[in-house]
Amino acid sequence: MAERVLMKGNEAIAEAAIQAGCRHYFGYPITPQTEIAAYMAKRMPKIGGCFLQAESEIAAINMVYGVASAGQRVMTSSSSPGISLKGEGISYLAGSDLPALIVNVQRGGPGLGGIQPSQSDYFQSTRGGGHGDYRLIVLAPASVQEMASLTVTGFDLADKYRMPAMILADGTMGQMMEPVALEVPEQTVYEKPWALTGTRMQRRHNIVNSLYLQPEELERTNLERFERYKTIEQNETRYDAYRMEDAEICVVAYGIAARVSKNAIDAARAKGIRAGLIRPITLWPFPSAPLKAAAEQVHTFLSVELSMGQMIEDIELSIRCKRPVQLVNRVGGMIPSPEQVLAAIEKAAKEGGARS
Amino acid sequence: MEEQRITILTGHYGSGKTSLAVALALKKRALGRRVAVADLDIVNPYFRTTDCRSVLERADVRLVASAYAGSNVDLPALPKELYALIEDPDTDAVLDVGGDDRGAVALSRFVPSILRGGYEQLFTVNFYRPLTRTAEEAFGVLREIEAACGLAATAIVNNSNLGRDTAAKDVLASLSEAARLSRLSGLPVRYTAVDAQLAPALAGSVDRLLPIEPQSMPIAR
Repeated sequence: MAERVLMKGNEAIAEAAIQAGCRHYFGYPITPQTEIAAYMAKRMPKIGGCFLQAESEIAAINMVYGVASAGQRVMTSSSSPGISLKGEGISYLAGSDLPALIVNVQRGGPGLGGIQPSQSDYFQSTRGGGHGDYRLIVLAPASVQEMASLTVTGFDLADKYRMPAMILADGTMGQMMEPVALEVPEQTVYEKPWALTGTRMQRRHNIVNSLYLQPEELERTNLERFERYKTIEQNETRYDAYRMEDAEICVVAYGIAARVSKNAIDAARAKGIRAGLIRPITLWPFPSAPLKAAAEQVHTFLSVELSMGQMIEDIELSIRCKRPVQLVNRVGGMIPSPEQVLAAIEKAAKEGGARS
Repeated sequence: MEEQRITILTGHYGSGKTSLAVALALKKRALGRRVAVADLDIVNPYFRTTDCRSVLERADVRLVASAYAGSNVDLPALPKELYALIEDPDTDAVLDVGGDDRGAVALSRFVPSILRGGYEQLFTVNFYRPLTRTAEEAFGVLREIEAACGLAATAIVNNSNLGRDTAAKDVLASLSEAARLSRLSGLPVRYTAVDAQLAPALAGSVDRLLPIEPQSMPIAR
């Protein structure tokens, strides 16, 4: 049959993970990401992999810790409340310098919230989510194709930098169906001399651990980790720019909000308003440099979010508050409409960057 | 082929059962029959027949769905009117059975009544969907669904498409796989369903063409 497949975003993540060499998946069902587990349950046994429905999210993330310690590619997925439960385990992964991929198909919160899409776990994921000083590489897909490609990227970056990475999607991205071209990625082999694979009496045993009782030693591991984070900020920041060449208004949006914003920008351009989009693909590291550069060119920024103003703080930090940044949002499972974003662009065009 | 009073649509999730259920119900209604569509999805809280309520109401087709369907309450439940519908000799019933073999379990309790009433079970397949890329994979899903619901499928509907990107050649490319599934299963291909916009281009080259209006998931628009 044809090379293209009609996939749900959740299925694309699962299949891409398998193609990236992931043979271990541990999870616990929660809407709207259950198709990931369902897909893994069907596929893993056929290819000699392991699908295990854990007794809880906490159990699942600790199983991830175990497989990651053994140097194998491993994934878990959940939605917002379930990711909170995994928070402790994610911190342990970070503290033990273990690579793993964690998928969050966000739904409205806080608490049990609802089952409709949201982006309100932005703070949680870009600031780590658990306790301690650490970062996650956070990837934000805006199409089913990117759900697949960024899953592969996530595994690669996690292995390369020996740290957990996260796919931060939302219910829309998980549920929507689009044609996907699944390309078998070139396998980069990352050596893992630290992995617990058995010494065969030929080397000293490895230790994977996040406990350091001597403060000097714990400080050193933190400092070393943050040196690595600096390298990631320099080398791995990803974003997409759309119609920014001559833009006077810069819309910043990721995931489903970016798709809505593109429609609004096209509509604004048709009315003669020079608007453009910067779409962060990595939310950490955040694309601060292109935003800072854009502040020299545009008079206003708009942060379009499915949250109460979370990413807006990173935009303000990136541009050092040089220009006004306005929030355009819906929350609780609601999605901003292109008309809402267009109205905000038109208002910004009228104000011309004046601070209210 | 003799039309049966009860039409059951089964298939892998995302194969297009709901769009087909709506199309077949409208087709039966156009022939002047009393028609009801029943939403039997106990798995997926998102896109389901309930999202097509207005289309059905305009055509005077009754929708039978759980009070929780489309309410964002993630609760597996069946509509109570289902028993009456399956027993009612004066109404054509189109049963939209979502959610793979897990969903088909919901159907099993109605089997005695369905067998009495006469039925056709149309196994819907989109060969562009993962896990049903080949006739063999689709046949595996078909067998799982039959085992779960306790009713043999009677025919196949080839609904191969790539969403809004579908071209006539994509439909044509799927015909041989549908024919292979037909040989494997011993079931006829009852329809080849296509987006109504593609129907004119395919009219001469595809047998039993069923033009449908794809019902899209509201969340993904």
